[in-house]
Amino acid sequence: MKKLINEPDAVVREALEGIESAHRDHVRVIHDPMVIVRADAPKQGKVGIISGGGSGHEPMHGGFVGRGMLDAACPGEVFTSPTPDQMLEATKAVDGGAGVLHIVKNYTGDVLNFEMAADLAKAEDIEVESVVTNDDVAVQDSLYTAGRRGVGITVIAEKICGAAAEDGQSLAEVAELCRKVNGQGRSMGMALTPCVTPGSGEPSFELGDDEMEIGIGIHGEPGRHREGLTSAAGVVERLATAIVEDLPYQSGDKVLAFVNGMGGTPLIELYIVYRELERFLQGREITIERRLIGSYITSLEMAGCSITLLKLDDDLTRLWDAPVDTPALRWG
Amino acid sequence: MSISASDVRAWVGAYATTIAEHRIELVKLDTAIGDGDHGTNMERGMRAAVEKLEATQGDDIGALLKAVGMALVSKVGGAAGPLYGTLFLQMGAASAGRDTLDLDGWTDALEAGVKGVQARGKAAPEDKTMLDALLPAVEALRTAAGDGAELGDALRRSAAAAEEGMRATIPLEARRGRASYLGPRSVGHQDPGATSSHLLLQTAAQTFGGNTPE
Repeated sequence: MKKLINEPDAVVREALEGIESAHRDHVRVIHDPMVIVRADAPKQGKVGIISGGGSGHEPMHGGFVGRGMLDAACPGEVFTSPTPDQMLEATKAVDGGAGVLHIVKNYTGDVLNFEMAADLAKAEDIEVESVVTNDDVAVQDSLYTAGRRGVGITVIAEKICGAAAEDGQSLAEVAELCRKVNGQGRSMGMALTPCVTPGSGEPSFELGDDEMEIGIGIHGEPGRHREGLTSAAGVVERLATAIVEDLPYQSGDKVLAFVNGMGGTPLIELYIVYRELERFLQGREITIERRLIGSYITSLEMAGCSITLLKLDDDLTRLWDAPVDTPALRWG
Repeated sequence: MSISASDVRAWVGAYATTIAEHRIELVKLDTAIGDGDHGTNMERGMRAAVEKLEATQGDDIGALLKAVGMALVSKVGGAAGPLYGTLFLQMGAASAGRDTLDLDGWTDALEAGVKGVQARGKAAPEDKTMLDALLPAVEALRTAAGDGAELGDALRRSAAAAEEGMRATIPLEARRGRASYLGPRSVGHQDPGATSSHLLLQTAAQTFGGNTPE
């Protein structure tokens, strides 16, 4: 596998140095332990919001640090949770006296490390609330699994909660809003190709030219089912049916639709997916009120897509529309 | 026969070497049912643990084990960081102020560590996790002590129990950690965490047991 890197061991550090040089207007970077912090943090009186996760999902989370979204992000090694010392450093760097929200994707490593970090922050008298996102309908949610994975809804929750924090909402309110967004959001993803981590140099799974993997996560892990490759319409039917029937989303619902690329799929294909998704939802009398199309939560160079739906109300729509100014998401 | 502080230093060093030697194997096991980073993460963490130990003076076994735990918590990441970090931190808390450990002292420390892992990861036996190697190892130590076994023999029996527990993860369906997302597709693969835990206890038997490796 060919990669544009210098040293496999230096990938995360060198990318972080690139982010620091490129986005000084938005962020400053702490190198040990690694944290990307909003340039003007901490904002006195504003709830701080941090997230973090393995690297390899760019622009999530570091690309979402800035006004109206995250106050800090902790990048781990590729596909590896960051560590509690990073999260504690981030929490301290963004605490403006109103407490700090940890947005945590439901992966065992992320959850365990954020739990240890929250314990450490509380020992330093910083108020912390943690919300775990778990929107992936591909995973059976039962006592016998680690529960559903946190995927696409995490990006949307970071945007909406970031807007609420800018509005001056309290830590309890922002955390409740985050739980609401997670509760009304559902996602599912698929892959056309595996990905290759710089450390291993090997494909994360083998997939034939005529096959696709349904129900993948964002770490190159295999999915739930392997199937014969179908058209974009067939893929959307497969993913959207599982999503819509899970919540369920019903006739008359207004939604935010997020069509996400896994890293190796071009935008032209994502627009075809969006076209099919809108047709599918029209057939069920579900209206797309807002949309986000692009590669925002990726899995290195994996080809494929994920679809996320969020059921909207006026409050959520207003917070989604509020200004945001980060390296990867910017409007208003 | 007992375990001294310099034995503990030698054990941690030997485990770091063993993990480096088994890195590829651990990565392959983890690629099959996880995300393929276990060997790489543990190698990085154990390298940091050895450096931290070299910078830690004295012969308080508790302080040495805590230093290893802190290094793992801050350098491993993933689920293994908090879990192995907690194992060593709790072993350290249970052996604070001691400069030697006899069989009972070692068993108490390991049991405290394993209980910490259970509390942090909330896994049960046969969930296909590192506990499937660790729990039988503690039980074997207790049984060996009851039989009046000497330290070296008890450690070899605990390593053998860990190995058996590790192999017994192969037919299990994972219920914790990232492997649980695969459901039935996790069956037929040996758990990488149980594998690195078996190596930990095997290295302990080799370092503290005064025997020749098999």
